[in-house]
Amino acid sequence: MTTGRETTRRTAPAEADTPYVSPRERAARLLTGRPARWTFAAVLAVALIYAPFYFVPFRNFQLTLVLVYAVALLGLNLLVGYSGQISLGHGAFFAIGAYATAILMYRGLVPYPVTLVVAAVLCFALGFALGVPALRLRGLYLAVVTLSIGLFLQPFLKRFGSLTGGAMGLTIPKPEPPAWSGLAPDQWLYFLALLVAAVTFALVWCLMRSRVGRALLAIRENETAAEVMGVRLAFYKTFAFAWSAMLAGIAGAVYTWVIGFVSPDSFTIVLSITLLAGIVVGGLGSMSGAVFGALFVEFVPSVSQDVNEAAPGIIFGLLIIVVMFAAPTGFAGLLRRLLAVRK
Amino acid sequence: MRTTTRWVGITLAGVLLAAPLAACSQRGANNGGSEASGPCKGQQTTGITKTSIKLGGTYPLSGPASAYGEIPKGVRAYFDYVNKEKGGVNGRKIQWIVRDDAYQPPKSVEEARRLVEQDKVFALFQTLGTPPSTAIWDYANQQKVPQIYVATGASKWGTDTKHPWTIGWQPNYVAESRIYAKWLKDNKPNAKVAVLYQNDDYGQDYLNGFTKAIAGSGVKIIAKQSYEVTDPSVAPQMSKLAESKADTFFDITTPKFGSQALAADAKDTSWNPLHILNSVSASVTVLKPVGFSHVQNVVSAAYFKDPADPQWADDPAMKLYKAKLKQYQPGADPEDQFHAYGWTVAESLVKTLESMKCPTREGLRDAMRSQHDQTDDMLLPGVLVNTGPGDGFPIESMQLERFKGSRWHLFDKVVDTRKEFGPVQ
Repeated sequence: MTTGRETTRRTAPAEADTPYVSPRERAARLLTGRPARWTFAAVLAVALIYAPFYFVPFRNFQLTLVLVYAVALLGLNLLVGYSGQISLGHGAFFAIGAYATAILMYRGLVPYPVTLVVAAVLCFALGFALGVPALRLRGLYLAVVTLSIGLFLQPFLKRFGSLTGGAMGLTIPKPEPPAWSGLAPDQWLYFLALLVAAVTFALVWCLMRSRVGRALLAIRENETAAEVMGVRLAFYKTFAFAWSAMLAGIAGAVYTWVIGFVSPDSFTIVLSITLLAGIVVGGLGSMSGAVFGALFVEFVPSVSQDVNEAAPGIIFGLLIIVVMFAAPTGFAGLLRRLLAVRK
Repeated sequence: MRTTTRWVGITLAGVLLAAPLAACSQRGANNGGSEASGPCKGQQTTGITKTSIKLGGTYPLSGPASAYGEIPKGVRAYFDYVNKEKGGVNGRKIQWIVRDDAYQPPKSVEEARRLVEQDKVFALFQTLGTPPSTAIWDYANQQKVPQIYVATGASKWGTDTKHPWTIGWQPNYVAESRIYAKWLKDNKPNAKVAVLYQNDDYGQDYLNGFTKAIAGSGVKIIAKQSYEVTDPSVAPQMSKLAESKADTFFDITTPKFGSQALAADAKDTSWNPLHILNSVSASVTVLKPVGFSHVQNVVSAAYFKDPADPQWADDPAMKLYKAKLKQYQPGADPEDQFHAYGWTVAESLVKTLESMKCPTREGLRDAMRSQHDQTDDMLLPGVLVNTGPGDGFPIESMQLERFKGSRWHLFDKVVDTRKEFGPVQ
């Protein structure tokens, strides 16, 4: 699914030039070729639309959360996977988006769809403002700065009790499905999340195929070379940071719709770390990695609980280690290797 | 490019085909639950049969609040005891499913939904923590599933009227604060109080309750300091409070910080205030590491028997608890107050289940809201469980205690805070 592969495919010699096609290769083509992709996309789209009618509300709720995390991880991927920066504070932007939505809805200031836009704009602006000084730092130094953002937010939320509800948090009525849809609340929330996820994925897909995307990839491969080629490092890095903050904020807004409750305890530093673990395990530098990561973040803690009730944390940690050993490039990378039979 | 167009067409066709298909499979409003017949006709009987009753709880078994993960061991020991030695509750064996929410509200919602929709539990017993329980209560009330005896002392569980399916159990923090305030007003009318509190819902509830209760009296708060659960130590806060020269120190801390505050108070020989320790940290296991000689005359309040306290060594209820915990949860420390708490609240639950008029969710909701002088053997003598219309606080009585020698000495009489101060608003 990456741009890299896309380019090689386009420049590959025309198929008429190769007289003999091995069965292996034919299979590979069938699996990765353009028609196969479209079929896959179609099946996926149908499955995604059909899912909430098939599953019980509890499963829909889980799937909705997967979509929420996928959007957040998509943002983190832009930063970590494409521009090669590490952020340990993404939970903070997620929280800011969630709280912006919660406060607006709690006070009944705007209809709920608008809160998403506010959360997005706010997080973009904050990401940009923080990105300017923060991104002059590199690697571990940036990780420490973002970590402090993540740590700082929780006490901050508690201090401004009149606005944020303090340690008690805010309970917000969830968006109700409109009467014409005939949907149950969990189905409606699922479709809202699906719509948001589809739009953000499409946006990032387009972004990565634009000039900006190429610049980001160049930075990731070799900063010096990119700079020589005329890529303005600071600008693109700040840009990636702002976009990724914005996506985290959008995910946070949908999170508030789905959970209907925000409190400082919902957004500890553990959230930031879990998100980072999610994107690394899912697969850096590919959009499907965000989806795999979201599935991991959502389902693995409950699966590890089924394995051992006493110490779910240990099982979760062990699973991360196992995955990193078996698939150092994450699930997305593993899948890519399995499909890339051609080499 | 022609191929692309064709595949786009096929995709669209697929989606269009799926839409009506999806519409056909819309499910009804019924969540698949069963209903009772006879006198309790129309009430929900999901999760309860003639021989079994299924309950589900969420606790932080992992994460920063995992110390509370000990509570389910005490609960489980009591349920095993009732199932194996008492033949269950009115012949119904209790099946209890525990899920980990890591103290994360979204996880709590997910696990509660799993318990209700997938495991089809009869009721949620218990959900731990104020934020996790708050995240769940709208759902529980929408689904009309009892969320019974939540493990938090926030006053909101009793003051709220919009969530009849959710109820607390332990004395709320406001009520406990009122006891100390009353005692100070009577015995130390011009007390100058320094307060250390945990900066979250729990600490705020205590502080607000105390501030309101002393309003208009000679008792004044002259200094207050807060700490975060993530702080490594409360030593800096303690030295600031010492500067205030207050003659009374109200210590609103959870066990780890409770030990630290007690130790800091003992170390500072120039400041010797009357130390009031909230019941949350009043276990002997918290005082022991500080050294009993340093914690003499500390005042606290209690509502259940501390298993680490030698005064209950020959108490039949305490003996039963210790024997059964050892039998059903080998390895669990009987002196840990979390185990005793779990055992005690489980006993209250079983008694409430026994008092149901209808074996239905509605029956449990009504039962938990109409307990009259229900006894629970691990509660202090004179502490009773009472609820009713306008009273959503099961336990509201506590007794003051003072630490002397190597154990707590109860003094004064059991204070029913509702009678003394009126309902918590």
